Amino acid sequence: MLDNMFLSSVVEWSRLQFALTAVFHWFFVPLTLGLSFLIAIMESIYVKTGNEFWKKAVKFWMTIFGINFAIGVATGIILEFEFGTNWSNYSWFVGDIFGAPLAIEGIFAFFMESTFIAIMFFGWNKVGRKTHALASWLTAFGANISALWILVANSWMQHPVGMTFNPDTARNEMNNFWDVLFNPTAISKFFHTITSGYVLSAVVVIGISAWFLLKGREIIFAKKSIIVASIFGLLSSAVLIFTGDSSGHNIAHTQPMKLAAMEGLYKGKQGAGLSVIGLLDHSKMHGDDKKAFLFNLEIPKLLSFMGYRDLNAFVPGIDDLVDGGYEYTDQNGTKVTAISVEEKIQRGKAAITAFSEYKKAKTEGNTIAAEDAKTRIEDNFRYFGYGYLNNPSDVIPNVPLCYYSFRIMVGLGFLFIFVFIVTLCIALKKDGNFKKWVLYLSILTVPLVYIASQAGWVVAEMGRQPWTIQDLLPTVAATSRIDASAVMITFFLFFVLFSILLVADLKILFSQIKKGPNISNE
Amino acid sequence: MNVFKQVFLFYYEGFRGMTVVGKTLWIIIIIKLIIMFLVLKLFFFPNFLKSNFKTEDERINYVTKELTAPVNIN
Repeated sequence: MLDNMFLSSVVEWSRLQFALTAVFHWFFVPLTLGLSFLIAIMESIYVKTGNEFWKKAVKFWMTIFGINFAIGVATGIILEFEFGTNWSNYSWFVGDIFGAPLAIEGIFAFFMESTFIAIMFFGWNKVGRKTHALASWLTAFGANISALWILVANSWMQHPVGMTFNPDTARNEMNNFWDVLFNPTAISKFFHTITSGYVLSAVVVIGISAWFLLKGREIIFAKKSIIVASIFGLLSSAVLIFTGDSSGHNIAHTQPMKLAAMEGLYKGKQGAGLSVIGLLDHSKMHGDDKKAFLFNLEIPKLLSFMGYRDLNAFVPGIDDLVDGGYEYTDQNGTKVTAISVEEKIQRGKAAITAFSEYKKAKTEGNTIAAEDAKTRIEDNFRYFGYGYLNNPSDVIPNVPLCYYSFRIMVGLGFLFIFVFIVTLCIALKKDGNFKKWVLYLSILTVPLVYIASQAGWVVAEMGRQPWTIQDLLPTVAATSRIDASAVMITFFLFFVLFSILLVADLKILFSQIKKGPNISNE
Repeated sequence: MNVFKQVFLFYYEGFRGMTVVGKTLWIIIIIKLIIMFLVLKLFFFPNFLKSNFKTEDERINYVTKELTAPVNIN
């Protein structure tokens, strides 16, 4: 009992600390991903036109980029510290699968990014215009490639592929790098994540430009920045919707519980609708007869179509996923009946027991028993993580959090599209005057886009609970046996450190925005 | 001028000619890295398995024990 409480406390503090670090890290990353491309686009206009206006505009946005990059750089490394200290079982269990993409990220992308950033900032009078613009493009690609490897690693946790579990080393070993890299989850996650960063950056550029317009300063600079950013934002939003749909389709097959939680869908149905907005009944539990919603507005059949490209497809709900018994088509195209979580727990325990027996047999030199145990591990390994669960309902994530976070992300996404269209239309008019409400709305969308961006990660990460690695390792089995108070202390230490960095970031950022690019309004 | 000298001068002149904001940001980066690697990593974030077990075999045995004897397996 005490041991359970101790573990639970370490797990919760470790999760909280990881979440705090990830949220802080993600505060800086999306702006780097998108603003780098916006700068490269503006600089290309400068190279093509030779107009010094664009050079000054580029320099201003580069300053904003530089501040964001400098404060955010290396904050992701803290996550790696946490893996080694708080999540040692997990770190060992994932083996080289997590290490390889991160190492590639460190060696290739980070150095590429760092080298070309130096040319961007130090090279104005040292290299030619075209070379400088090329460096800006390569910085942007470097930053995005950097994100690719991190997202490949994350996607493997959401949908583990391309590996074999080695009971001799107690680790998963990569047997197909390309399967890991081209994991369907990784592809949709990468494009969805980077395009969300582009939308965020476009919103930030429009918001800052709107502030200048509100102050009656830098009018031409602001309008031209709005034109570039809103076009970039609109194109990115189109891709974002497409990749969001592809992510939804992918989740329906790889993480159906996450999809059910995102939709507050307890009882599965054919021709399931997509909830646009609703009010969940928080007292609703798995298996009871209560309705999931107090109020729900949905688009008929859309969830079935998104998940299975069939308007009448059956979408399993939380109850179906826990109790099993429904039919679905597996990866080989064969119709199978889903097994219950209770059965998965038994098979998970069988895998863990076989793992223990394998080690014992190996120590005793009993080859036959070892081979038999190994076969049982392989037969049941896909349910390995279920063996650590006590109750079938442990597989249900926090439904209200997933449901509302998803609607915050999507709802705000459509608000940003509205802002892009309105600001673009006004900025393109010859004497287009921005109404004050448009400017205020544009400024207000800046904090909102950060909320939307973080909400997306809440859906992705909270939606896959209780797993650190989907079906293979729950959070409860992934942590180190360390003192919970130590994790608690470093949590508050980070909280103070991150708060100081954030204040410094905003202070420097606001002072530079106030200075402005100082371009005459001719 | 050899290429190494050119690269050195590129960075040297770049850092020398930095604006006040640039210098402030570099100070923040350096302080941040010092805190991260010389304080946090050294005193608060030792690698659990490396600091508690000397050999690879010891680590394998420990993790195996952890994974095969979870507290909540009945």
